Amino acid sequence: MSTMTQILAPKEKDVVIEARDVVRNFGATQALKGVNLSVRRGELFGLVGPDGAGKTTLIRALAGLIGVEGGTVRVLGQDPLRNPALRDAMGVMPQHYSLYGDLSVGENLRFFARLYCLSRKTYRERSARLLELTRLSPFTERRADALSGGMYKKLALACALLHEPTVLLLDEPTNGVDPVSRRELWQLLHEFVGLGMAVLISTAYMDEAARCHRVCLLHAGKVVAEGVPARLVRDLDTPVFEVLGGERESLHHMLATTDGVIAASPAGERLRIVLTRDAVAHVTKNAEQLGGRLLPVSGDFEDVFLASAYAAERSAAQASATVEATRG
Amino acid sequence: MADSVIEVEKLRRTYGSFVAVEDVSFEVSRGEIFGYLGANGAGKSTTIRMLCGLLKPSGGRARVAGCEVGGNTVRLRSRIGYMSQKFSLYLDLSVAANIEFFGGAYGLYGKTLQRRRDEILERMGLQEHRKTTTADLPGGTRQRLALGTALLHEPEIVFLDEPTAGVDPASRRVFWTIIRQLAGEGTTVFVTTHYMDEAEYCARIGLMVQGRLVALDSPRGLKSAWVPGRVISVHTQDLEGIRRTLSDRPGIFAIEPFGSTVHVRFDSDVWQLPALETLLATDGRNSLIVEPADVSLEDVFLAAVASGGTKTQHEGSPTSSDTNGAGT
Repeated sequence: MSTMTQILAPKEKDVVIEARDVVRNFGATQALKGVNLSVRRGELFGLVGPDGAGKTTLIRALAGLIGVEGGTVRVLGQDPLRNPALRDAMGVMPQHYSLYGDLSVGENLRFFARLYCLSRKTYRERSARLLELTRLSPFTERRADALSGGMYKKLALACALLHEPTVLLLDEPTNGVDPVSRRELWQLLHEFVGLGMAVLISTAYMDEAARCHRVCLLHAGKVVAEGVPARLVRDLDTPVFEVLGGERESLHHMLATTDGVIAASPAGERLRIVLTRDAVAHVTKNAEQLGGRLLPVSGDFEDVFLASAYAAERSAAQASATVEATRG
Repeated sequence: MADSVIEVEKLRRTYGSFVAVEDVSFEVSRGEIFGYLGANGAGKSTTIRMLCGLLKPSGGRARVAGCEVGGNTVRLRSRIGYMSQKFSLYLDLSVAANIEFFGGAYGLYGKTLQRRRDEILERMGLQEHRKTTTADLPGGTRQRLALGTALLHEPEIVFLDEPTAGVDPASRRVFWTIIRQLAGEGTTVFVTTHYMDEAEYCARIGLMVQGRLVALDSPRGLKSAWVPGRVISVHTQDLEGIRRTLSDRPGIFAIEPFGSTVHVRFDSDVWQLPALETLLATDGRNSLIVEPADVSLEDVFLAAVASGGTKTQHEGSPTSSDTNGAGT
């Protein structure tokens, strides 16, 4: 191990992925504005945030695919940009095209196995297991570019797992993956994590975020919330309700034009709504006029996301309004 | 069916010996939001591509917006819109330029094109992005642009193949507000998704398992047919304890972990809620919170896919009258 390891992580020796005050710009756009996070061995760490929050940039920086303009990134105590040898210990699954489209499913797996110098026996065992777990076995002859979006993702994940890396970076690996396969992929991840793998995963599925050990919510290049998902849910101080009675479409219409409604979405045949505290009284009244009654329900991680993103957007809007006012 | 705009009869597509779509039959009526669900590789995209005249069926027939599939493709395409899984936009063009390009491709020009462009920009909430290069748009916004280009020529039917894959929770809600408005105005929406909360918006859902349409019903009908009984949510992490207390008793269909709670599904003819609560409150669990919960479409999906599309009926469970296997 390099001296860098000892300097950076003298106590928390289990930290294998670390970002400190990371800044990265693209032209005039500030993609990351001082991001801190650390992921330990055997930890499943989730990264969520609206589109454009900086999730992909952060993952690319941690993978050593791009440099940073401020702060440091470390994987296993080393700078991933300067230590290409780290790749042996790292699995990376980018969001788009990481496979050879004109190679078949089987050929792609074989290609990655050779790239990582796996023995024939190891390759056979692992690829058979990964093909089974991803339900891709019937499709081994199909060309990668003829796969559906979800199948492509599963193959990319299988390729990233073939060499059983110590550190796994996944950028939205389950987009377009069906619910059954998603559950299976998560079981697979939990298994690897149980054996000590550190996984950093970005996702647009909040049920997945809720299944991480810790999760970080990124908004416009900044961390706006971080912690154990269950605790973030418990600490949510934004009220969540289900609307009983009334007709869904007319309730939806009312909610769309009412202030302080953060989100409305179907929960079975009812509507689930997230409100600002101020809005509870007038939304209750409006719903009653349409024959609906508000039933308080416990929040979930999706509600945490919606409320945090809403709050972050509001404070950003207020900040820019203040700047405008000062200028004017 | 009154005013059906899609009529599919024994539609089939094979690739060599692989049957991607096996004798699928269904109808969709005007203004309906029709959901098409299934695992990756179940044949959803293949069906859509046949209905859009992009792929020749191997057997059966389909009539879409008054046009026979496999006949006059030009006439068919002028009446339908299609948003594919993969991006169909020119990333180096601005938002407005993409709309103009696709408008031109649909034969719009001059004042009509300008009017439609401005209408689409407004409807999709893209005015402020008008001059933005498409590559710089966040994922959710880009998907709205893709939908906008598919609607330029005011099609009767729009086919959306996983339009919200990877889109963040707030943007998904915006997207579905637009879809609901479209349907409200009489546009027929044929949509695939892996988000089961979105599927709740569909009037009816066709469920594909390995190329076969195994169910076709409203969300409510699917739930009562595939996942019968009532569900309660028990606020405890003690899954094993709940299992010990309940699992051997008659009329208990399932005990499953659900987020940070445990879901118990039971036959409401056998059990009354108070009796269950009394039972659950034994074994040192005296202050247990028990709430009624809904069966979710995810439960339906898991049940259907896990069984390979064969319904397992619980004794005495309710059945849906109009769900009896493939295409009614």
